Amino acid sequence: MRAPAYRVPEIGEDTPALRARLQEIWETPPGLKGWLVTTDHKEIGLRYIVTAFLLLIVGGIEALVIRLQLAGPNLHLLTPDQYNQLFTTHGMTMIFLYASPILSGFSNYVWPLMFGSRDMAFPRLNALSYWVYLFAAFFLYAGFVVGAGPNAGWFNYVPLAERPYNPGINEDFYAIGMIFLGISVTVGAANFIVTFFKTRAPGMAINRVPIFAWGTLTASVANLVVIPAVSLAFFLLWMDRQFGTHFFSAAKGGQPLLWQHLFWLFGHPWVYAIVLPAMGMVSDALPVFCRRPLVAHTLVALATVAVMILGFGVWVHHMFATGLPGLALSFFSTASIAITVPSAVTVFAWIATIWLGRPVITTAFLFFASMIVLFVIGGVSGFMTASVPVDWQLTDTYFVVAHLHYVLIGINVFPVVGATYFWFPKFTGKLMGERLGRWNFWTMFAGFNLGFLPMHLTGLLGMPRRVYTYPDGMGWDWLNLITTIGSFVFAVGVLLFVINVWISYRKGAPAGDNPWDAPTLEWATPSPPPPYNFAVIPTIASRHPLWEDRLQESEGRSCLSRGMTLDQGKEALSTTALDADPDRILEMPEDTSAPLLLAIGMTILFIGMLALSWLTIGIGVLACLGALLLWLWPRRDLREREPAPRVAHG
Amino acid sequence: MAEVVIAKPGKLPVGPIGRAGIGWWGISALIASEAALFSYLLFSYYYLGASAPLGWLPEPHPKMMPVLPNTILLLGSSFVAWYGERGVEQGRRAQALIGFGMAFLMGALFAGVQVYEWHERAFGIGASSYAALYYTTTGLHMAHVIVGLVILAALFGWTAIDYFSPRRRISVSAGVLYWHFVDVVWLFVFTTYYVTPYLGFAR
Repeated sequence: MRAPAYRVPEIGEDTPALRARLQEIWETPPGLKGWLVTTDHKEIGLRYIVTAFLLLIVGGIEALVIRLQLAGPNLHLLTPDQYNQLFTTHGMTMIFLYASPILSGFSNYVWPLMFGSRDMAFPRLNALSYWVYLFAAFFLYAGFVVGAGPNAGWFNYVPLAERPYNPGINEDFYAIGMIFLGISVTVGAANFIVTFFKTRAPGMAINRVPIFAWGTLTASVANLVVIPAVSLAFFLLWMDRQFGTHFFSAAKGGQPLLWQHLFWLFGHPWVYAIVLPAMGMVSDALPVFCRRPLVAHTLVALATVAVMILGFGVWVHHMFATGLPGLALSFFSTASIAITVPSAVTVFAWIATIWLGRPVITTAFLFFASMIVLFVIGGVSGFMTASVPVDWQLTDTYFVVAHLHYVLIGINVFPVVGATYFWFPKFTGKLMGERLGRWNFWTMFAGFNLGFLPMHLTGLLGMPRRVYTYPDGMGWDWLNLITTIGSFVFAVGVLLFVINVWISYRKGAPAGDNPWDAPTLEWATPSPPPPYNFAVIPTIASRHPLWEDRLQESEGRSCLSRGMTLDQGKEALSTTALDADPDRILEMPEDTSAPLLLAIGMTILFIGMLALSWLTIGIGVLACLGALLLWLWPRRDLREREPAPRVAHG
Repeated sequence: MAEVVIAKPGKLPVGPIGRAGIGWWGISALIASEAALFSYLLFSYYYLGASAPLGWLPEPHPKMMPVLPNTILLLGSSFVAWYGERGVEQGRRAQALIGFGMAFLMGALFAGVQVYEWHERAFGIGASSYAALYYTTTGLHMAHVIVGLVILAALFGWTAIDYFSPRRRISVSAGVLYWHFVDVVWLFVFTTYYVTPYLGFAR
């Protein structure tokens, strides 16, 4: 029998019977097998978050060891080579293995709930992106664990990273591992883009989308087109190192600067990709604690997109000191300065929201509000170095290190910890402790500023980055000591956060569906949400579906208790890109081992590349091919093929 | 009291119909990312070429034989694959099988000629940055041709066991779209490596 190709979706009430039916359809069986094959976005999102936080702790411990080495002049806790590996691995961990995946984790968990949808657009791709992230993280760390970690800085400049100057296997681990990790980010980006445009609840027109979603969308568009640049750069580096090609060597027509162009063509959009979703978290969650909508919602959404577009044209500001022509420097300097305009729009919108609201001081509020301060400090030091002459003075000093930590900790870690306080009740059904939360916040805030504010001065006094020690009498001693003390205070703050998460998870106060009285759709679901998220597909009439009776900002009212039931299988709704009018019933895939198998196949392939073993590479390729055939084989339940009518069985 | 809005759509398609479906968005995103990859490779060529000293381009310039007919062959295979897709669209299985089978053979022949091209080259991959770019770009394209051939073979097999109908055929449309991409991107590779030397780019 042919499944009907068109159907009028049934409209129904949210009833216990419907929920029981959906539970049976959507539930992943418990046990190890279910754990390995699940495609539930909430499960995958939590795995992303836990893995990324663990890597944050690992990267943080590396930072503490670095700070011990730098606490005073002429210390020899580490050898120069150990120091090189440690600071490179620290950068790699924080930037590639923490900052981006943590945001993917939150987006993964929250997006479908915010959109009133039952899952991401491509659940299997979602599982793949997590497995590849996990295996690539192991791969990238494998070298470090055996004493051959990357050692040429996270942006890995040639010729230092080339074989004559770096003969060990260190850089091969890094090069191949980064290509591997890039696959995870790329497929994740594609998934977010399609999810954004195709799976929002009916009525959630493009002007009603929460800013957090805009942040992740713009980051994903950037990632989709710039990740290939860095994957290519690392691939060419690997070719140079293993096959004697001349892409980056100065001999035989190669160009060391080509590395810098390819790396920063990726690298600068990436910087925005790891802050814009975090800024989106603040734009959505801060107003909840100000008890009013975000001021200038539309402008903030446009500013988010504008930052990303301008972000494609600023990469050369990492290369001001390389001797490029003055005209090029002027162009990129101008773009880098211009990008402060949309950033400032966002900052003023946040300040106005606090100003015009009635702030409720919670731990989450403190993290979000303090982020504004840190953003301004990091923004101003960035604005300074966007000017070519200032950059010439400050490049490769600790001033830049201070700047990038204000940006990455200030605009990524602080909002992410705030977002954890904010969404933890949704993840677990329990509130996080507020008293310990205050200790957590103030320790982190004080430690961070104690550590990194003096670092600006260290840089202005001329201390270069990436030196494993320094002589005394340079005027850097006490500044470095303060920074080391600050870093340990900050680490205590992070430890308090971990303790708070643990205690709250064990015995936090029950949260209920909407503990913050927040306006967006994820708070309309139980905490934690059931596997199918929404029993009936909601219809959205405004930006703040749960605040409509108070705000009176729309004529209609959103409908959450009655809607399409879509219970004739694992079904979800697809809507049009701009107006979010229903346009298709989606058949969602069942749990499957194909993503895990594909990630394993890729791991074999990349190990083969590392070992230069063609046999292993061949096995990896065949494993990938097998997993892809399993994945893409046209399936009747997904309506990818018809049952063959002419074949008679038996 | 404001009115409650509720979406009550009429008949909606269930799953992918024809080429329309969420998978179409997915394959488009994949192609966008792949296209970016090739554009960075070609950027590398133009960047290195523009700043290279005299003698960077090998003399004589790359010959048009056999690459020009080979290019036409690959572009032709796109039309043949499209002819096969039309076959599925109109429920004509024989036409579909001819289309996918022919496209596969033409693609395989293209790959064979390209391998011959590599053997004809006087320089190895380590000779210069030009050589490295030439072999890497054409090699990466070759990898995409091989993936495309696997896809065409799969489409041939699935059509042979009568999987698709004019209505349920998103795999066919997505696979053929990928093959079009493999062919179009070759045009850019071909123009860069075989045509621009005659237009005076690089020395």
